[in-house]
This record gives sequence, structure tokens and C-alpha cells, in this order.
Amino acid sequence: MAARLGTLAAALVAFAALALLGRVLPNWFILVATLAFAKGLVALGLVVLMRGGLVSFGQGIFFCAGAYAAGLAMRSLGIGDAVLLTALGGGAALILGIVIAPLLASYRGIFFATLTLALSMIAYGILDKTYSLGGSDGINLHGPSFLGYHPPTPQDESYALFVLTSLATVIAAALCRIHFASLRGLLSLAARDNEIRVEYLGTSVRWVSGTNFAISALLGGIGGALSALSLGHIDPDFTFWTTSGEFVFLAILSGYASVTAVFFAAVLVELVRSFSSQYFPNTWQGALGIFLLLVILFLPQGLGSLLQRPRRGKAAPARVTAEGGE
Amino acid sequence: MSALLETSGLQKSFGAVVAAKDISVVARRGEKLGLIGNNGAGKTTFVNLVTGYLRPDAGRVVLDGQDIAGLAPRKVRRHGVSRSFQIPQLFASLTPEENLLIALGIAGKEGMSSWRPARSTAMMADLEDLLARFRLGEYRDHAIVALPGGVRKLVDIAMAVTHRPKLLLLDEPTSGVAAEEKFPLMDVIMRALEGSDATVLFVEHDMEIVGRYAERVLAFYEGRVIADGTPATVFGNADVQRYVTGMTP
Repeated sequence: MAARLGTLAAALVAFAALALLGRVLPNWFILVATLAFAKGLVALGLVVLMRGGLVSFGQGIFFCAGAYAAGLAMRSLGIGDAVLLTALGGGAALILGIVIAPLLASYRGIFFATLTLALSMIAYGILDKTYSLGGSDGINLHGPSFLGYHPPTPQDESYALFVLTSLATVIAAALCRIHFASLRGLLSLAARDNEIRVEYLGTSVRWVSGTNFAISALLGGIGGALSALSLGHIDPDFTFWTTSGEFVFLAILSGYASVTAVFFAAVLVELVRSFSSQYFPNTWQGALGIFLLLVILFLPQGLGSLLQRPRRGKAAPARVTAEGGE
Repeated sequence: MSALLETSGLQKSFGAVVAAKDISVVARRGEKLGLIGNNGAGKTTFVNLVTGYLRPDAGRVVLDGQDIAGLAPRKVRRHGVSRSFQIPQLFASLTPEENLLIALGIAGKEGMSSWRPARSTAMMADLEDLLARFRLGEYRDHAIVALPGGVRKLVDIAMAVTHRPKLLLLDEPTSGVAAEEKFPLMDVIMRALEGSDATVLFVEHDMEIVGRYAERVLAFYEGRVIADGTPATVFGNADVQRYVTGMTP
């Protein structure tokens, strides 16, 4: 109980700190951080999958589902509340994930990755040609409210959205951290290591993969809705393969050892992208590539490994006896 | 003792290779049975057929009056059947402690919660008991890859007993273990199972081990049971001496 309360307390403190920092940081950084946290949520979903031994190359489909659900709810239903739109985005992606999960849960490795990629590209093709959903031009979103609060200026709106995104981020991070430390979290690592043994212990690897997939869909949808509100625009590129690749990039960069590392990685990448695209407009993708290469070479477990205490790898005594040990 | 497991006419082929021809076996409650036979005799195929890894081409596997033939391993497990493996099937990136926690968690009544920490007070009490019974305390936080073969076997078997199986099948528990460690290893296993009324079937090539720990022996040859009885009876059987132990009668 103490560890869980500690995690929730740390999340509360982190949220308060972010909310206060948001008041003093420049507006450009608030915009970058909001987008980074929103994408970090999607990458966190990928980390949940990766802990179970699966990598999705099509996570953009949930990012897109969340974004379009929020955009359509605003455009067609007149819902303007950002909290409700975010919840709708997450809910829509979760439903999509629950529908898709049984189809994909039996696949592993490259087959799983390719199938997710295929589904996301099918979604891209449909959205690109569906003119009632904006076709390739997409949908614009305008000035959300926040539980009845209508920000008077664009800066206030950015700050309010930053606070909402920070809240979603710390809640998701805290819950994922608690999940990772739970038996169910350990079971994901076990399923990645040895599926046969998991089945022989009496539980279904398909079920483990399916629930991880649903969690990743929910996080992807929330991230998509928040990104859409931050950018004020949605288009089919949200589910294009390069967008999904960006989330894989973030997940590899952060590794799956630490929840916090995911959001550090997301902010770092958004900053590198912002500065690179301003000062090296034609080579920023190259800069990101070199950055990832260095991480893979020197931190193969990702940035999160810097935050993890070494705890394993002790050499065992060579013999065992009935009395134990030497 | 009443029968717990009854197999009749179990058959399994892989193309032209017949791995199980007609395996009919009765195992009584609480019995300790040794399964002997050369490589390819059908011992591991028998274990795989009973535990759901393989689906029989024909025949029945009846446990406590219910036919479990062809059920998936996790469903067979729910009927009270558990097994260990010739090559220990562990979660290599986790510690022995975490391996056992997962096994205890799946076996537990509280389910695999995302909210309850893996190292809850109740789980740790069960874990300490298991570590003590299998003499694994000092290895609890070692890397699996750094463990000696015998310790890996113990972790594998400890994981198999977490749900208090009615039937426990041990596939070559001493294979890959140094000769001088085989008896201590079997002592640890048998002591850990004391007080349990589980029926234990163990596949073994070392006849000294079988002679000491089995109450009854089943000798396999070419996918069939060719002898069934006490160790002394089976070891004295002419066919067993000719085809299994290699001794001339």
C-alpha cells in the first residue's frame, strides 16, 4: 500500500510542479511540452505492449481514432469541453482496440508489427478518401473550454491545455507504474520471456497480449485527442506509417524500464525536432536518426536504464546440495 | 489407493514416426512413479500427451473421472495437473523470486491484479515458504542465466507445485545435473513434496535414482509400456534388461 500511495503522491507533486512551471515557462515551450506529453502517452502505450514482447508499427491508428473522435464530437455534436473530448477520444480508441485485439493477440514478432501497420494504413486510405470526414484536408478544431472555463486568450488556452495534458500524463504514468510493479505487470514480462511456461502455469498469453493491446489503445486515443486539441487540426497523417514510426522511435529511445523516461524522451525529441527544423530545416530527420543511433549504441535499454538501479546478474554458487548452497 | 490417472490406448504419430503406440497406464493417488526407457521410447511424449502439449491421435486421458485428452495446457492445469521440463522453462529476464511470484500469483485465488503489488504481504509469506521448501533462499535475486543447472531445475519444479497439483509430472529432473548433485537434488524435491498427496511421475535415466525414489516403475519401449511394477520387479524383467537398462539377463 505504501508504494502505491508513494507513487500517487509523487504524481500529485509532479502535477502541481508542472502546473506551476507552466505559469513561468515561455508559451512556445508550453506548446512543445503539451504535444510531447500527448505523444508520450501514445509511446507509453507502446511500452506497455513492448513489456509483453510486442511492438506495434501501427499505433497511429489509435492516435488517429482518438483525434478524430474528439474532432467529430466537437464538429458534429457541438461538444467543446476538452476534458470530455479527451475522454471520448480515449474511449473511442479503447473500443477500437477491444475490437481489433482478438484478431491480433495470436500473432507475435514481425507478423504482429506488420498487421498493425497494415490496419493503420487501411485507416489512412479510408480517411484520405472520406470527404465527409474532411478527406486529406482533415478537420479543424477551435477553442475548447475546460469544465466551464473559457480561456480569454490563446496563451491562457495553451496553459489550460498544458495543465489538462499534464494531469492525463501524471495519472497515466502513476497507474502504469503501479501496473508494472504488480503481478499483472510481471506477467507481461513473463509472457515475453516464455509463452509456453505461462500457458502451463494456467493463464492465457492471448489474454495478456489482448489486455495490453487494449491499454495501449486507450493511451493512444487520449494522446491523439490531446494532440488534436493542441494542434487545432486533424488529418489522415495521424495514422500514416511515419507517425506510428515516431511512437516506436520514442518507445525505443525511452526503453521500458521507466515510465518517467518515456515523457523525458518525448520532450527531448520534440525539442530536438523544434530546434533542428528551425536551424537545419532539411536535415532534422538526420539529426534525430543520429540521436537514436547513439542511444541504441550506448544505452541499448533506452534512457530509462539510466534511472534503473542495477539489481541482477550476481553469480550464483556453483553447486546446490540438500542443505542449500555449497 | 484409488486411481487418479488412467490412460488407455494413447497413440501419437509424427508422420511415419510412431511416438506412442498404445500407452495404457494407471497411476494411483499419492504414488511416486518412475518412467524409464531409452531416448525415443515415448516417455516425454506420454508426459506431453497428459499435460496437453500434444493432442493424442487416439486414446483417453482420464483424471479423476474426467477425460482431459486434447485440452490446452492451461485447461489441463486447472484440472490439477502440473509439470516441470527437461530443459527448465523459466522467465529468463526475471529473478527466481519473480518467477515464483508469478507462479504463485496465477495459482492464487485473488487473481492477477494490476493494482496489488507483486510483493504483497500475503504473497511474500507464500514465497518465503516455497523458497525454504526448495532451498532457494540464497538464489532468490540472482539472474536466471547465472544459476547452476540444479538450481534452475528446482525453480522449475517449485513453479510447478504452486497450485498444489493432484498430478505432478517431472521430466528428467536430474538431467544436466552433475552426478554428485543428483541425489541431493532429488532429496530437496522429495522433501519439498512431503505432506502433499500429489501423485508424482518422474522421467529418469539414472536407475539408481529410480530405485531409490520410485515406488513403482513403468518401462517404455517403442511407444509402449513393456513393464509395470516395483523397481525390483521391473529391473529384473528380461525385456527391460534387454531394451532399457542394457544388462544381459
